[in-house]
Amino acid sequence: MSTTEYIIGSGEPPLVTGNHTFASVTEHICGIPEGKQPTWWYLAFGGALSLLMVLAGSIGYLIWEGTGIWGLNNPVGWGWAIINFVWWVGIGHAGTLISAILFLLRQRWRTSINRFAEAMTLFAVMCALIFPAIHVGRIWVVYWMFPLPNQMSMWPNFRSPLLWDVFAVSTYFTASLLFWFTGLIPDLATFRDRARTKIKRLIFGFLALGWRGGNRQWRHYELAYLLLAGISTPLVLSVHSVVSTDFAISIIPGWHTTIFPPYFVAGAIFSGFAMVVTLSIIARKLYHLEDFITLNHLEKMNKIMLLTGMMVGYAYSMEFFIAWYSGNIYEQFAFINRATGPYAWAYWIMISCNVLVPQLFWFKNLRRSIPVMFIASILINVGMWFERFVIVVSSLANDFLPSSWDYYSPTIWDILTFIGSFGLFFTLFLLFIRFLPIIAMAEVKGVMPQAKVEHTEVAHE
Amino acid sequence: MNNAIVKKTQAVLAEFDSPTALLKTAETLRDAGYKKFDCHSPFAIHGMDRAMGLKRSPLGWMVGLAAVVGTSSALALQWWTSTIDYPLVISGKPFFSFQAYVPVTFALGVLLSAATALIGMLALNGLPRFHHPVFYSDRFSRASDDGFFVSVESDDKMFNVEQTRTLLQQCGGKNIEILEGE
Repeated sequence: MSTTEYIIGSGEPPLVTGNHTFASVTEHICGIPEGKQPTWWYLAFGGALSLLMVLAGSIGYLIWEGTGIWGLNNPVGWGWAIINFVWWVGIGHAGTLISAILFLLRQRWRTSINRFAEAMTLFAVMCALIFPAIHVGRIWVVYWMFPLPNQMSMWPNFRSPLLWDVFAVSTYFTASLLFWFTGLIPDLATFRDRARTKIKRLIFGFLALGWRGGNRQWRHYELAYLLLAGISTPLVLSVHSVVSTDFAISIIPGWHTTIFPPYFVAGAIFSGFAMVVTLSIIARKLYHLEDFITLNHLEKMNKIMLLTGMMVGYAYSMEFFIAWYSGNIYEQFAFINRATGPYAWAYWIMISCNVLVPQLFWFKNLRRSIPVMFIASILINVGMWFERFVIVVSSLANDFLPSSWDYYSPTIWDILTFIGSFGLFFTLFLLFIRFLPIIAMAEVKGVMPQAKVEHTEVAHE
Repeated sequence: MNNAIVKKTQAVLAEFDSPTALLKTAETLRDAGYKKFDCHSPFAIHGMDRAMGLKRSPLGWMVGLAAVVGTSSALALQWWTSTIDYPLVISGKPFFSFQAYVPVTFALGVLLSAATALIGMLALNGLPRFHHPVFYSDRFSRASDDGFFVSVESDDKMFNVEQTRTLLQQCGGKNIEILEGE
């Protein structure tokens, strides 16, 4: 029997290490939710739930009392709510890039991290969606944002970027959810087939929809997956572009710039990968996923952070150049003021975290060092939060007329709402690792060497 | 079998060692003229569509149609509300300033296409379907773990319990089961 030998991604290190068989992959991934959860899970879940209560309390008080409880003033009419919204939506972008763009580019290493990253996307977008919903003041008429026929015969203003945001972000959430669920179907069937209790068999049996793993199903499934990846690819670029138009379409100095859409998209992917790295370092350590999320996976993500960090740094400098080149004194002042004015501290935190920290990843040994990348990934997300702070607050606080300037400080309610949103994020994330497959088993099996069909050239007896 | 329920043969199920063996069996069944058979595996196997003699899924056309319907109805909604039902001058722009309508048009096109991709895939696969002859087998649960199975349904024109079983055996099939149901 003469068989042509295939080496997966010849020259590339293996995508799954540790001599796994198909069965051992199933055993390892299913073992996480099937087994007893470690003590730290309960501690973390308790902490996350407490923060979720903080969020619920802060929102409850906000609805009772109104947006006056926040640190907003005149002229700073947008504060932490929009900063948090942009920050959380941005984090979501890495998940979509991993699940859609890397799929279309045939980057097979994505299979180990896509489930995880897509879940992160969903939960981050949920955290993001809270802020525009609650900041409207009269939350009981929040449905006015949607084009619903009403007794006032009024329609929303489709020329407003804020309304574009409603459609862009809610579409983003829905499309990501559909994509995530599509990817989950074969793995839910695995859970169904392994279920030992009646309740699990019912729940997973229902969710798996009767999946049989036959090729007559796979052929439609594979095309659906490809189409969803294709549909989601423009979303990676469009959602944060639309978010950036919330600023760019206004005439505030420092906001009214055409560089905003690509600059926001690069920043979103930058912060999103930082969050994926933070979470996957913790998860691979605690659940022994080193064979699936290898150092090579982490290194690749660090390279993407280096690239997008440089793009963000380029945008920072180009903003200064254009401000000077435009000859517009308000624009020039806005940028000089960012770097030297009352919010200079925030500006330099942003520059240090977003431009200087990723430079570490030029060095291979630092790029492959878990402690370095863990700290760097957290600092990058700190920096990205400050980027939005600088954009929102410094532009509004010092606008055209010096007599109307004011300094903005958050109140305890701004801070508690933001911290509380981490409660929602981590509660959902911990429930996800407790009940669902955190690695896409069917996809990982498909990139293992054993999955390759050996094509025999000569028919054998 | 004295009960009123008459069990009848629904399918023959055979287990194989590897994706390669599964693909070879699919080619053999295809060449023998079988139509109603399926190859079950824990992951999608490249080249299986051709081995089974299946054409490309029509899902792309469905999603393409959904994209057209989604974008055009979104544009129609924005046109109608802002020029007919509630014309309002904003920033001195024309009522139908289509450039401003691009983001919502795009978003709704994406929304309808994504929903169609999932729902269309389920519809083409006949899912959700919670009963199927292959689920009568105890071994079949390995198809979502590390098992490779071929099932041949009894309403195939070529189906004959003995001949089909022999053919699957010749292809290297193990643990061959005759699945019976109501």
